[in-house]
Amino acid sequence: MALELVTGNHAAGYALSVAGEANRSARGAACGIYPITPQTEIVEYVAKFPFTKGRVVPVESEHSAMGVSIGASLAGARAFTASSSNGLAYMTENIMVAGFYRLPIVMVAVNRTLGPPWNIWADQGDTLMLRDFPWIQFYCEDNQDVLDTTLLAFRLAEDHRILLPALVAMDAFIISHTQMETQCPEQEQVDRFLPLLDLPHRMRQEHPTTMGGLVWPLEGMSQRLEIHEAMARVPEVYEECREAFRGEFERDVGGMIETFGTDDADLVVITSGTIASTARDVVRRRRQRGERIGYIKIRLYRPFPEAAIVEHCRTATKLAVLDRNYAAGQGGIFWQDIRAAFQGRRDDLLIQDYLTGLCGGDVTPVMIDAVIDDLGGRREAGSPMWMGIDAAVEAT
Amino acid sequence: MSAGTEREPMPGRVEEGLSIPCSEDCLLRPGNTNCGGCGMSVGLTMLGRVLAESGDTCSLVIPACCGIVTAGGFPTTSYGVPVVASTFAAAPAFASGMASVRDLNGESGQVICWAGDGGTYDIGIATLSAAAERNENIIYICYDNEIYGNTGGQRSSATPPGARTSTTPSGKREGKKDIMSIMAAHRIPYVATLSIGHPEDYARKIRTALSLEGMRFLLLHSPCPTGWKSEPAESLLLVRLAVASGLFPLYEVWDGRTYRISVEPDWTDPAEYFSRQNRFSDHLIDLDATRRACREDFERLRILAEQFPHVD
Repeated sequence: MALELVTGNHAAGYALSVAGEANRSARGAACGIYPITPQTEIVEYVAKFPFTKGRVVPVESEHSAMGVSIGASLAGARAFTASSSNGLAYMTENIMVAGFYRLPIVMVAVNRTLGPPWNIWADQGDTLMLRDFPWIQFYCEDNQDVLDTTLLAFRLAEDHRILLPALVAMDAFIISHTQMETQCPEQEQVDRFLPLLDLPHRMRQEHPTTMGGLVWPLEGMSQRLEIHEAMARVPEVYEECREAFRGEFERDVGGMIETFGTDDADLVVITSGTIASTARDVVRRRRQRGERIGYIKIRLYRPFPEAAIVEHCRTATKLAVLDRNYAAGQGGIFWQDIRAAFQGRRDDLLIQDYLTGLCGGDVTPVMIDAVIDDLGGRREAGSPMWMGIDAAVEAT
Repeated sequence: MSAGTEREPMPGRVEEGLSIPCSEDCLLRPGNTNCGGCGMSVGLTMLGRVLAESGDTCSLVIPACCGIVTAGGFPTTSYGVPVVASTFAAAPAFASGMASVRDLNGESGQVICWAGDGGTYDIGIATLSAAAERNENIIYICYDNEIYGNTGGQRSSATPPGARTSTTPSGKREGKKDIMSIMAAHRIPYVATLSIGHPEDYARKIRTALSLEGMRFLLLHSPCPTGWKSEPAESLLLVRLAVASGLFPLYEVWDGRTYRISVEPDWTDPAEYFSRQNRFSDHLIDLDATRRACREDFERLRILAEQFPHVD
């Protein structure tokens, strides 16, 4: 294990590559790749990796990048790719297909604002538009998180109780292009951590089947139910993978959510991605001043860790949800999931949405202080607050 | 009376019969629900027979088209080989991944894309072009029925001028895209046209494709009685008329550089081809211009075949 100073993209490219290489004594690794700012360095890393048994296909579009990875996965190889923003939008049809074919493809996505207008900075709207597909989704906070979660994602996705693709997201530039000290495991460790891929439904000449033909409503609905049941098994299998990860790499990849100060909190700040680092610092500082404030970072977003979040908000009366994303005509997307989680359980809870850092804006400690102050003074929830435009001015 | 009509090509009376029996493990099994007179069904059956005769196997990648409807309802399937339904535009991408893993593992068996003209000429052309440019080790067969048949008959860029479709109700005014030239321009190992009306030629070209590596593109003229508004029993007659009149030349191109004409037209009047299909509106077809175009296009092909002949 080497401690290296690398960017988030480098960490992701490294994790995808060593995971692919770890399948060399089975059916190998193959994938389609296509560049888009700010994830390009990931696919460049993969393209130059000297796979023992692998092929990286530089294709003509994101749609085909996922198409090649689907074909490779159907043939039993370990498959992966990376994309971002409008590239994910263009890839969407095949992203959906990878899920419905139950292919354990791992994709690293760098969260970048969807356009137009043209904007390359961080916003989670791109991966969250994929939230209703059969994909596991993780949101990472730093470079180590990206590397570790990507490795773990393969083991989780390929587990026969799961067999779902997994997406590992990181904020554009704040992670993708920022160097941090990152523990990069040796190939032998990854070989030990990742079992060889054995896809039970891979295409076989000796057992011809037709995949994706016509089904009747009952079979179609049964397939959805099977996906739902596999999603429901994710928390249990995740914890097993986390334990195996700890055993091999001697560090904790983290839970589905990360919490701080929630044991006695009146007010809990809930967020994800890089905003979590700032929020944790603000909460820690205010707790030192005696304020009963807690913090929750959502790492696993799909399946949504509803039970864990509800459990950690048991003492709270107010929740601030910080969303670096926006669903038109509705508000923050995490906010909607949080409200749904508490509906009928804690109808007394005041859940307020704060749109922070949309389209790549900085989310500063001052802004998070303003959020906490605003929520502290509220008697009822309102429509989402557009922090950094008018809300911050009013709140401070 | 042209030479072609004197020859009286009749349905069911194909001069050169395909002398390969159907094996038990058919590529396309009996009992499928395809329309009577469907050229795609005949094409699949013939493909399966040549593969079996050659001792080869295949997996099919089929985008949205009648070819995937052919499979029928889960859990049954009309296909005796592994099939995956790809997204409409991405069959060559799926196939690229599958063929890559096959080759990484030193396995045999062809990965064959089986796509209609919609998935080939139109929505899938970028993916197809890219796979050809990468010279992926796959076979791509387009069964060209000159219409979006699966959705009930809308125009495609393969629809010939003068053909009525539900989106060109008074007849298509534009020409038919020359996909063969486009694919040959990629300089891939092998590009050829196929006709179910010329089964031995069809079989020979499949064998040639099987003997080569890299990207191989085959264009099959595939009658669609439903879309062409023609008699199912006349499907074979129609595609033979298309070859005989020069409307659908049978030829091969190697590496985009050397050419060979497979069947010489006898210059049957294309009017007979048109008159047997109710999709064509008479007032939109300039027969003289069509006859001229058939001759000119074939002359161009002849010059290429003479100047750049393929030597086995």
